[in-house]
Order: sequence, then C-alpha cells, then structure tokens
Amino acid sequence: MEWTQILAAGVLATIGPVTAGYALSAIGLNLQFGYAGLLNFGHVAFMLVGAYGTAMTVEFGGPLWLGLIVGIAAAVLLGLLLGIPTLRLRADYFAITSIAAAEVLRLVVRSSWAEPLTGGVFGIQGFAGDFHRLNPFPASELYGFGQFVVTGRSLWVIVVGWALVLLATLFVARLIRSPWGRVLKAIREDEDATRSLGKNVFAYKLQALMIGGGIAGLAGILFAFEQQSIYPAGFEPRITFILFVMVILGGAGSIWGAVLGAAVFNFLFFATDTLMARLQANVDWIEAILSPAEAGLIKYVLVGIALMLLIVFRPQGLLRSRDESRADAS
Amino acid sequence: MRVVLMRPELDTAHEPGVAKPDPVLTIDGMRKAFGGLLAVDIDHLEIQRNTITSLIGPNGAGKTTLFNLLTGFDTPDSGQYAFEGELLVGIAAHKVAQRGMVRTFQLTKVLPRLSVLDNMLVAAKTQPGATFRGAILGGWHSAERQNREQAMDILQRFGLAAMTNEYAGSLSGGQRKLLEMARALMVKPTVVMLDEPTAGVNPVLVQSLLEHVKDLRESGMTVLFVEHDMDVVQSISDWVVVVAEGHVIAEGPPTVIARNPAVIEAYLGKHRGEDVA
Repeated sequence: MEWTQILAAGVLATIGPVTAGYALSAIGLNLQFGYAGLLNFGHVAFMLVGAYGTAMTVEFGGPLWLGLIVGIAAAVLLGLLLGIPTLRLRADYFAITSIAAAEVLRLVVRSSWAEPLTGGVFGIQGFAGDFHRLNPFPASELYGFGQFVVTGRSLWVIVVGWALVLLATLFVARLIRSPWGRVLKAIREDEDATRSLGKNVFAYKLQALMIGGGIAGLAGILFAFEQQSIYPAGFEPRITFILFVMVILGGAGSIWGAVLGAAVFNFLFFATDTLMARLQANVDWIEAILSPAEAGLIKYVLVGIALMLLIVFRPQGLLRSRDESRADAS
Repeated sequence: MRVVLMRPELDTAHEPGVAKPDPVLTIDGMRKAFGGLLAVDIDHLEIQRNTITSLIGPNGAGKTTLFNLLTGFDTPDSGQYAFEGELLVGIAAHKVAQRGMVRTFQLTKVLPRLSVLDNMLVAAKTQPGATFRGAILGGWHSAERQNREQAMDILQRFGLAAMTNEYAGSLSGGQRKLLEMARALMVKPTVVMLDEPTAGVNPVLVQSLLEHVKDLRESGMTVLFVEHDMDVVQSISDWVVVVAEGHVIAEGPPTVIARNPAVIEAYLGKHRGEDVA
C-alpha cells in the first residue's frame, strides 16, 4: 500500500482548482444559508449563469474582461429575478421554487432550441484561451516536490482560484461583521421579530441572494476556465447539495467554515477514491468481491459515513461554537 | 385591591368609540375576516397619547389580530387607521416600526443565536452601517459606539446588564420578555404595543416588568397592551378597552370597567364578576 500516494491524491485535490471553485461557491451559499437563513436549493444555477455568461460573451467575440463582467452581472441579476417573486414566500416554499428554477434554467440551456447560443447538450468549448494565455507559469512545466506535483497550467488556476477565495472571504467577513451582517443574522433567527424592529427583511434577503449569487457566478467562471469547456450536465442539482454538505461540514454561519468544509470534503472524497482503487488492485479478497467501477463507488459510502459521524458528534460543524448551537436548541 | 391611579382619569365619557383629547392612534371602520369569522370589526377607537391603555377580552376576541393589523403584519379587509394623524393602512410592517410604533409578540421572539447586546443593537434606529452600502464603505463605528451606550443603559435598567454577552437563547422565559421590551426601546418608539408581556412570567418579575411599563409612560411613550390578568390591568392601566368577538364593547378607566355588567358577562363570565370588582 502506497500511503503517500493516497495522501498525495487527497492533498493535491484539496489545494487544487476544483476545491477552490467549490470553496468559492460555498462562500456565497454560506452568506445566503448560514447567515441569512435562505434555503437556496438552486445555488448551482448561479454557477451556470456565471459560466455561460462568460463563455458566451467570449465565444461571440467579446474580450475576456467583458466576459467576466457579464458572467458575474448575470449571476447577480439571476438573484434579483429569482428573489423578487420568491423571497416573500415562506422558507420551505422558497427552497422548492429555487431548485425548480435552477432545473428549468439548466433544461433551457440544454434544449435544442437554445443550441445556437448555448451549444445545447454539447455546451461551449474554446473560450478559455485568453485566460490561459495570461498564465505567467510555463504551462507544461511541473511544480512541486515528490508526489505533490502540479503542472504550470494547473498552478495558474490554483493561484487565481485561491486568491478569489481569499478575496471573497474577506469581502463576506467585512459585510458580516458590520451592522448589515447583524441584521442578516437577525433575519435568520426570526424574520417577524426583525421586521417588527423596522428592518426591511425582504430587501436584506434579496441583497444576500444577489451577493451570494454573484460569488457563485464567479465560482462557475473559475470551473469553466479550469475545464476549458462547459456543458449542462455539469450543473446538476447534486452540485448544490454537495455545496450544502460543505457549508454544514465547515459550520454554517462561520466565516472560514465554507472554505474548510470544501477542503475537508474534497480531501475525504479524493483520498478515499485513491484508497479504494489501490485496495481493489492490491488486496485479493477485495478484488474478488469488487470490480474497479464498484470500488470507485464505495467512496461515496465512506464519505457518507464520515459525514454522518460528523453530524452526530459535531452537529454545529467544524468551526462553529458549541454554545451557539446550544442557544439555538433552547 | 384598589390601586390609586398615578394621573387623573381621562375626562371623557366611558362609552365605546368615544373621542379623546389627544389621540395618538385613531381607528376607523376597521374590519378583518378570516373565512366566515369576523375577527376584528371596530367602528371607531382612539388611543390617548401618553397613557397605558389595556386591551382586554376573552380568547379569540381579536386582540392579537388588531395588533397585527395596526403594525402592518396583516392588512385589514376595509377601514383606516391613523398614527400621529397619518394614514397607515397598507404600509409594510418595517415602515410602521420606523415611524415609531413598535410591537412585541405573544410568543416571545428573541434572536436566540445572537448575544443579548446584538439583539439590542439590531434594533438601533440610527446606524448607517446597517445598509449594504454603509457596510461596504465603513465609517459606522461611531454610531455603533453610541448605540452600544444606549443599549447598555437600557439593559442596565431592565436588569439584563449581567447577560450582555450571553446568547439570547440561553435566557429564561421572563428574561426574554424583558429583553424583547428593552429591544423595542432601541427603535425609539412613540407607541409601544405589548402582546401579553406578563404571560408565563413569575410574579416577582411581573412586578419589575410592570414598573418598566410605567416608566415607558413616564418617559412620554404611549403603551397599548394586551393582558389577561385582571389584577395587572387594574393596577397599571389608565384606560381599558374591552374587545369581544371583534367589537369594542366597552371602554373606560379600570375601576369603571370592572363594574360594567356587559364586560363582566362577556369577558369574565356571569358568576366570576364579584371576585374581580
């Protein structure tokens, strides 16, 4: 058993661009769910809109910077359009409408009717060139040591991704530590009480949805650049639920919780993936009962068990204080 | 037990819908039905400024519904009400609060996962940092300091100063009632509407709570409160409005109301009247 390889797979995934993208999106969800209490089950739609906004702009000849602006603006606008009719609804109805809206959006993008614009099921490719041309690291060079090696191309996405994660975290921290953030938390605790104190609850929820949506849009753009192609199947509802797991894992309503949750989740996910592949290949009795494909699926079971243990023994998440969750229960 | 009133009784007739010399709140033809049930049906009602007015009536009489209608948490089917001479029907709840009419809730609504101090600060009226723009630009710290001072002042008065940094969710039921009332004061209201502030509070705390209610009046506010305990109503109110089945059936000073046969029948039941009067 090559334990270092398993560890390396986990660590590389944890610092990798995918984790940065998830962390960024989770920061947006944490603002909505962890602070404002919005049960946004359509979070992936913001990533979709961001990614497609950028890709379509670049594909139709727009420069990269314009693509970025369009992508983020489209995600913020989605927050506005989704929020106006739905945020007056009760929390559970908002959850239902948001997941429905996200699915409708994905199916529209995927439809043959939209194919001239979105590429339909095949999506859009070849829009990330400008982004990768900005890369100061030689793309095929290897960076790192021992097992921990990434290509220059990957390093560029990693640097940009984690810089965005840092900026978004600081931005959200500034908001949350302000009186504005306090009102947001008050809304999470009790909407009617907050309203009775003269606060326009609807406007705050709308702002939280739009800001969180804009951050998720940026995450979608990062994923698009990383993969250099986008297609509707990449924006299925399970992405939203993985993000919820990350936010809850790290501690909903804690500044660094979303980032830590994304890192821990991806570490567990990719380390167990490699672990199972190695076990399947090297241990006879496991090889006898599991095919390589089946061994690959076991990682979901293991990650699921790990998450269940966490929820049982630390329901408030990794970073939130125990006292706070006790106050909630009483 | 008869308690001497702290101020002369209102010099008006003791009949439903009577005009008051200086009403802060005037209700006209307000109706609200839930299906076939007419929950509130008030032809005319005035609330005198700077008094403690109790709203009493049997369960289901429409008291809480009236509170909801007045504070924008519900909209009437028809009718008007004016606060400080300004018509308010159809205005959102948060705007009603901003204009100076603040309510508490029958089932206490503290913000459990916020500290007691943060519960207070959320309600602060002047805080530029409470807007998104203000939060981004910064420069809200001086307002925060002032609000904090004011909050500590009020918490001191309400005997909650020792709990400042505790989560509100860790407070006892009585302390939550106190916090809710204290928090309402951060909005700097002219009218405070208390929905059963003494429900589920132990007798010792009730006394201090009632002292606070009187203090509100002494500092110039108008208090409108729903109460079931007749001893409390007798001891504290300047004026009592009796509601039954959505209508105002009587109003007057507490001593007069306690003797009113219609009230005794509707609210207390025929056989219990003697105990109260």
